[in-house]
Amino acid sequence: MNRHRLKRRLTDAAFGLSVLVLVSPAVLVFLWMLSLSLKTELDNTAFPPVFIPDPPTLDNYREVFARNDFLLYAWNSVVVSFSATGLALLIGIPAGYGIAKMRAVRAAALILIARITPGLSYLIPLFLLFQWLELTGTLVPIVISHLVITVPIVVWVMISFFEGLPSELEEAALVDGATIWQAFRHVALPLARPGITVATILAFIFSWNNFVFAMVLAGRETRTLPVAVNNMLTFEQISWGPLSAAALLVTLPVLVLTLLAQKQIVAGLTAGGVKGA
Amino acid sequence: MPDDAAALPAPRGLSDAATRRRNYARRYAWFVVPAAVVVVSVIVFPWLFTLYVSAHDWHLGSARRFVGFDNYVKLFGDARFGWAMARTLYYTLLAVVLPMVLGIAAALAFHRKFPLRGLARTVFILPMMATPVAVALVWTLMFHPQLGVLNWLLAQVGIPPSMWVYAADSVIPTLVMVEVWHWTPLVMLLILGGLASLPVDPYEAAKIDGANAWQSFRHITLPLLMPFIVVALIIRTIDALKAFDTIYVITQGGPGQASETINIFLYLQAFAFYNVGYASAVVVVFFAIILALAALLLWTRERVKQT
Repeated sequence: MNRHRLKRRLTDAAFGLSVLVLVSPAVLVFLWMLSLSLKTELDNTAFPPVFIPDPPTLDNYREVFARNDFLLYAWNSVVVSFSATGLALLIGIPAGYGIAKMRAVRAAALILIARITPGLSYLIPLFLLFQWLELTGTLVPIVISHLVITVPIVVWVMISFFEGLPSELEEAALVDGATIWQAFRHVALPLARPGITVATILAFIFSWNNFVFAMVLAGRETRTLPVAVNNMLTFEQISWGPLSAAALLVTLPVLVLTLLAQKQIVAGLTAGGVKGA
Repeated sequence: MPDDAAALPAPRGLSDAATRRRNYARRYAWFVVPAAVVVVSVIVFPWLFTLYVSAHDWHLGSARRFVGFDNYVKLFGDARFGWAMARTLYYTLLAVVLPMVLGIAAALAFHRKFPLRGLARTVFILPMMATPVAVALVWTLMFHPQLGVLNWLLAQVGIPPSMWVYAADSVIPTLVMVEVWHWTPLVMLLILGGLASLPVDPYEAAKIDGANAWQSFRHITLPLLMPFIVVALIIRTIDALKAFDTIYVITQGGPGQASETINIFLYLQAFAFYNVGYASAVVVVFFAIILALAALLLWTRERVKQT
């Protein structure tokens, strides 16, 4: 009996250890990012490394806000992500509904192919198009190019969501003389609210995280945060503290969103099984 | 119209139902129109325009000239493209196999009940949602050969320091490490979803028959999980082929051209050399490969739905 319990304890300990090994890289990278952002340049380039900032300093954050037009780029990111997500919801929710109702397999396949094409491959034609339309230097090309990411996410999530809804209620509304638009607007749409939440969160995160579209299409004034933060590495003398502070600020909104809405994110990703361009 | 249907030899009820279903479906087409307009202009138009551009000798800022298939012919004789393709395959192979193995292991772990499981799972999926550029920058700092924290960690366990992304022979495995860190969680989630849907009965039967844990994993879990593994495998393959952000931010294809995958090659041709005709041919070839995989994905998805 005693030996049995010992064996059980040991396997439990081994299991706990392997979970720790699996999870720790995820935590440690973010903690190291935080540590770098709170230390002086002297501590950051010390070897052996200094792990706990002592004393922690907010100077790196002050420097980021002071010198890099960081707020302008943050505003650009907010405008682009919100517009691209909002527009995608406006056109993607009805489309998902229509495709689910029509069982349009080919339309669904098209969306899927759009979903898996490398984002980079859209850039040459879009770049030429925006140059020809003389839209470069505004946020419009970036918002439009982000639709390449957000529209397929929203449509794809909404298709699987509407397919899972029971159709009896809408049919009852149709029998009572509602138009299909009214049945969609007043019956299906309220039921689909959880699906809409999932689609919104995923579209927003993948738009916020996107790098390549804005890198090619943005001018000096229209950079989004990922582009601005990458430029800190490429064009300036690298200082580790401000760079880490900026990187952390860029990714903090999505990390917080992930912590708050992990249930929806998990549901959306496993249903769609697809991610950002 | 109903009279015509009645005149046909087909059973009346069936053809009526078919017509009705078609009309019913057509009424919903309006819901799709706005999205269709957007998809055609920002997705389908670029595809077609890329085909058009790929048939031209076209450098940005100078006149274009129709050259037919010349860009494609040139592509297949281009050693730099060949090497980029080989590197992409090497990268993809590693970036598929490792996350699959780790992701399945992680899913099996998270399928068991243990204290703080919810918190551990949330933390585990954080890398997947983090901004790739931001994370890539921190990895770059960690890879620093003299001051980076990774070489310090290696020294603690007695391993000689690595050059990480600063040497040609270690750069791709190192970039794969970042990719593994980033995307193993997605594999885990897809497999975990599969595990949650498995029936309980076979396990009870196997237990009665005296099967041990490994036997029931090998002969029950694995076969039942296969559809989910295939889906995760294909998604992972496509994502690994698409990898661009982290490679570009960390190495920009360097040192030399040691980490220049197809995506980096394509980016440089188009937006560093402004050789958009040639770059478009690369897009078309690359797209064909991905399309083949997409067909496989759809086919698998249908099969999974049926079972």
